[in-house]
Amino acid sequence: MNAPLNVLVAAAETTSELPHVGPATGMASLAWLLFVLPAAGALVLFVAGRAANKWGHWLGVLTVVASFALGLAIFLETVGLPAEERTREISLFDWIAVAGLHVDFGLRLDPLSLTFVLLITGVGSLIHIYSTGYMGHDPGRRRFFAQLNLFVAAMLVLVLGNNFVMLYLGWEGVGLASYLLIGFYQDRPSAATAAKKAFLMNRVGDVGLAIAIFLLWTNLGTVQYTEVFENIGTLDAGVLIAITVLLLLGACGKSGQFPLQAWLPDAMEGPTPVSALIHAATMVTAGVYLIARTHPIYDLTTTGRLVVALVGVVTLLIGAIIGCAYDDIKKVLAYSTVSQIGYMFLAVGLGPAGYALGIFHLLTHGFFKAGLFLGAGSVMHAMNDDVDMRRYGGLARYMPITFITFGLGYLALIGFPFLSGYFSKDAIIEAAFAEPGWQGWAFGGAATLAAGLTAFYMTRLVLMTFFGEKRWEKLKSADGRDYHPHESPISMTAPMIVLALGSIGAGFLLSNGHVLIDWLAPSLGELEEHAAGGALPHEIVPWIVVGFSALGVLIALLVVGGRPTPVERPEPVSLPVRAARRDLYANAINEALIARPGVWLSRALVYVDNRGVDGVVNGTAAMLGGSSGRLRRLQTGFVRSYALSMLGGTVLVVAALLAVRFA
Amino acid sequence: MSPLSAVLTEGAVLAQGPARLDPPPIDYAAILPLLVVLGGACIAVLVEAFLPRHQRWPAQVALSILTIGVAGLSLGLYAGGEPIGTTTLADALAIDGPTLFLWGTLLALGLGSILLIADRSVEPGGAFVASAASRAAVGGGVNGGPVDDPEDRSYGMVGQAPTMQTEVFPFTLFALAGMMTFCAANDLLTMFVALEVLSLPLYLMCGLARRRRLLSQEAAVKYFLLGAFASAFFLYGLALLYGYAGSVKLADIATAAAGSAKSDSLLLGGLALLVVGLLFKGSVGPFHTWTPDVYQGAPTPVTAFMAACTKVAAFGAILRVLYVAFGDTRWEWRGVLWAVAIASMVIGAVIGLTQTDVKRMVAYSSIAHAGFLLLGAMSITEQGVSGTLFYLLAYGFTTLAVFGVISLVRDADGEATHLSQWAGLAKRSPIVAAVMTFLLLALAGIPLTSGFTAKFAVFAAALGDGMGPLVIVALVASAVAAFFYLRVIVMMYFSEPAADGPSVTVPGAFTTAAITLGVLVTLLLGILPTLALGWAGSSGFVG
Repeated sequence: MNAPLNVLVAAAETTSELPHVGPATGMASLAWLLFVLPAAGALVLFVAGRAANKWGHWLGVLTVVASFALGLAIFLETVGLPAEERTREISLFDWIAVAGLHVDFGLRLDPLSLTFVLLITGVGSLIHIYSTGYMGHDPGRRRFFAQLNLFVAAMLVLVLGNNFVMLYLGWEGVGLASYLLIGFYQDRPSAATAAKKAFLMNRVGDVGLAIAIFLLWTNLGTVQYTEVFENIGTLDAGVLIAITVLLLLGACGKSGQFPLQAWLPDAMEGPTPVSALIHAATMVTAGVYLIARTHPIYDLTTTGRLVVALVGVVTLLIGAIIGCAYDDIKKVLAYSTVSQIGYMFLAVGLGPAGYALGIFHLLTHGFFKAGLFLGAGSVMHAMNDDVDMRRYGGLARYMPITFITFGLGYLALIGFPFLSGYFSKDAIIEAAFAEPGWQGWAFGGAATLAAGLTAFYMTRLVLMTFFGEKRWEKLKSADGRDYHPHESPISMTAPMIVLALGSIGAGFLLSNGHVLIDWLAPSLGELEEHAAGGALPHEIVPWIVVGFSALGVLIALLVVGGRPTPVERPEPVSLPVRAARRDLYANAINEALIARPGVWLSRALVYVDNRGVDGVVNGTAAMLGGSSGRLRRLQTGFVRSYALSMLGGTVLVVAALLAVRFA
Repeated sequence: MSPLSAVLTEGAVLAQGPARLDPPPIDYAAILPLLVVLGGACIAVLVEAFLPRHQRWPAQVALSILTIGVAGLSLGLYAGGEPIGTTTLADALAIDGPTLFLWGTLLALGLGSILLIADRSVEPGGAFVASAASRAAVGGGVNGGPVDDPEDRSYGMVGQAPTMQTEVFPFTLFALAGMMTFCAANDLLTMFVALEVLSLPLYLMCGLARRRRLLSQEAAVKYFLLGAFASAFFLYGLALLYGYAGSVKLADIATAAAGSAKSDSLLLGGLALLVVGLLFKGSVGPFHTWTPDVYQGAPTPVTAFMAACTKVAAFGAILRVLYVAFGDTRWEWRGVLWAVAIASMVIGAVIGLTQTDVKRMVAYSSIAHAGFLLLGAMSITEQGVSGTLFYLLAYGFTTLAVFGVISLVRDADGEATHLSQWAGLAKRSPIVAAVMTFLLLALAGIPLTSGFTAKFAVFAAALGDGMGPLVIVALVASAVAAFFYLRVIVMMYFSEPAADGPSVTVPGAFTTAAITLGVLVTLLLGILPTLALGWAGSSGFVG
């Protein structure tokens, strides 16, 4: 039971010192190929058109695998270097270089970015391979692989860039690719709506990120990470907090965190491999990356960190609660992702005591959640693309490989002792309990409660899908076909097996002897352990967490496993279930607070623009007994009302200028 | 036009004493590009007068391209010598870094516009006729061809392919020369004459559309009436400023404002009226009202020309006026321009959301962009100047290519500009849809397109000059505006094409060249903006 503690023991008393940045040599000087390869693949697939229909998907796989191989080579080379030389930069060319504004198109190769490179290209390769099977019969296969390659390239730019503008480039790039892929099934209006929603909510976050970058630039005169982090101490506290909160807004948009979480579950309209790669393993974790990358900024403000942690706690609870109510297998997994990323935000919000733990959980989550999504895709593949778990049941016998790999992912997620999730999640909860004062109790308590809920909804999912009565036998799918569940082809099961192995071993391998923590230390600083005075001592926490999880499993077994599952969703239900089914009213709140005022504003402006001035003119003319000529319908507005509005504007400008003068 | 102000200046000297009237020295090398364009325009008039009809189109196209080529060459040769900024023609024109940059931009965009205008394959016979509205308003003949009636053919005989109104070429060159003078004008009187020289041909060009002639002519009349209105404001402002400073030279106004104990009412009132005239040309809200109607009604190649080149010229002039004449009084007027910029961005972004016509949508987008540009123009810093210049270059090429693409999507009644007609375009012609997507992303300011770099440069300049809140408004406005660009992308990719939807005409060589030019520059300025940014920032205004 003490295994997770190892993670925390290593802590030395250090302040986070900035690493020395050296030039890249050897394999590392080829690092630009990492993102150029998939980008070239995307370009060829987009440009070649139908000619590439036959072999296009293999090109997509090949470029990403090659990128992974190169990433691995650079990684191994870097491991061979002493720790203080592991942070290296390559300047490819001057992107923007004028007086007062210099942006380098350069890459930063350090343990943090290389970790992400391996995750993105590794999981990316597996999911590309899986997709050759999953998308085998789709007429849009080539387009799919082109967009998936585009995503991989953009995501690599995001994590490899050595300045905030490169980060923003990748940030927008993954947003675009994600938008295109969510809307991939063009014949479904729901897909187009979901894509739009994702894009819009991401834009809200992007504005925050952009403003933060501008703030950094005006105050420090640079956007390069090295220079920003060196000089960040010179800013005053107010600006610093503003920057951290705005960066957090960007992170929330991309990572589906409160209050911008509503798009992520809808994003499940995209093909399942996309959900696995983009909306579980990589893109949605970009927010965590952002905060970890900018940790020298967060190190300086406890307020900024506290906000991050609070966002994480709220989100991990929201995700876990809503996850209990959905019947759509992908949406349950999506809310589970929301909740797990909440854990990561909580971790990085704890500051030097948690940055590395957040990345640790991000990696293990990347394995088991991608595996779970691929498993869900396999189930859908077998069940005529149906996603309603109420129509499943007893599938374990029909698809044993899917069942076993999914089961391992499930156990890893709920934190079954000695599987991946156990090490990473419990480490976060321990660190949360180690916070002093009310924060220890609040953060740790919420995280423990959510762990229990996680165990409940995931057990419910597994029971409804793989066990119990074969409800599908008496049903037909929406297009009138019978269900004939079967195991998926090898191209799909092989990646699932690899990811399942990761779900078993990744946690132990990465935490044993603090491998990951030490590896990340040059990027994130040494992990700090809180002095005594936390809410709960380390020794007790794993027991409590496992206890809560076991309780969650038990309740699920009694409630869901103990009686037959109705095929129709029961109505009416109690108030909490109703609220959870409606996403805790997140959409209604967005609608009321943002969408409707927006609509009113645009209506009002259009009215003033087209009719308002005109109305005054018409009214005056009518009073004067104007001729019917004024009603003659022109194609558009009346030129006289335009002139009047111009006159009005001019009078205002003149009056205002004179008022300024004589005020 | 320039001699006129020279005479005025000298006239003042003459009044003081019996001095002999010396002709002012002229730096011919510096103003050669301008002279070449004006000369080309005059030759084009002669071509129109003396050449037989069937020879006019090839002659005019060749002449226009040659003119712009020679002008570009002479500009390149002059700029290659890295000249220091100078004024010539008795200080009527200032040939400095920004002027050269703007001239280069205008000539390049003018070339693109000429290519679009010259195209005769997209619209059979070209987009321009001058026949009466009543005839062509009836609509096209079968298969979208022209009405087979001799009177409807302004040129050519029945049975021959229809030809186009080739007067549009000299119009374009005259307008271009006017624009070049406008942004080089160093005194307000020259600027006013240039304003008229660039405006009058544009009014005419708006009314030349072969299709939807009522709409086109209505647009022309509206533009003319409102343009005249705005010119009057400009002129009144000019008069007030002359009353204040006793001179129409920008530098003299600045000097007067710095050292004068006189009432500032004349100065500020004059500035307000002057700026209104300029903002009108730049289609900055709330003086934007003409923009959607005119963009929609004018023949699309002319819209492209107006959207790209007029914007460049207008903001070139705004920059010069604010920087040279009113730089020191900026704290008095900046608050007002803040409000104008916010109004423009909000109007453009929000009303753009409700548009259903692609051309009107791009018009509102241009209003929003005008607001962004104003941010740069208001920062009286080197970064503000270079950022705005770069923005103009980037925006000009993108918008040129956008209108080029719009002219390709057609059905039996001509261009299909209603958004619903663009549904599922990606299925019919993936390349056109992909190009349009790229351009829309550039307008939205997504990185690796010129739009991003341009916005970045302008916003950074504004922030550097203490306009933080305005930049936040701008970022929010650009996020809102991104939505309506996105809507077009959604229509093209995620909707089923209508059964009788428009087809995409295979563009001729001219249109292809113009669109390719626009797309390449948009991409290049996104990836490697350094060179252009360097040029834009190489030297400042001379007074």
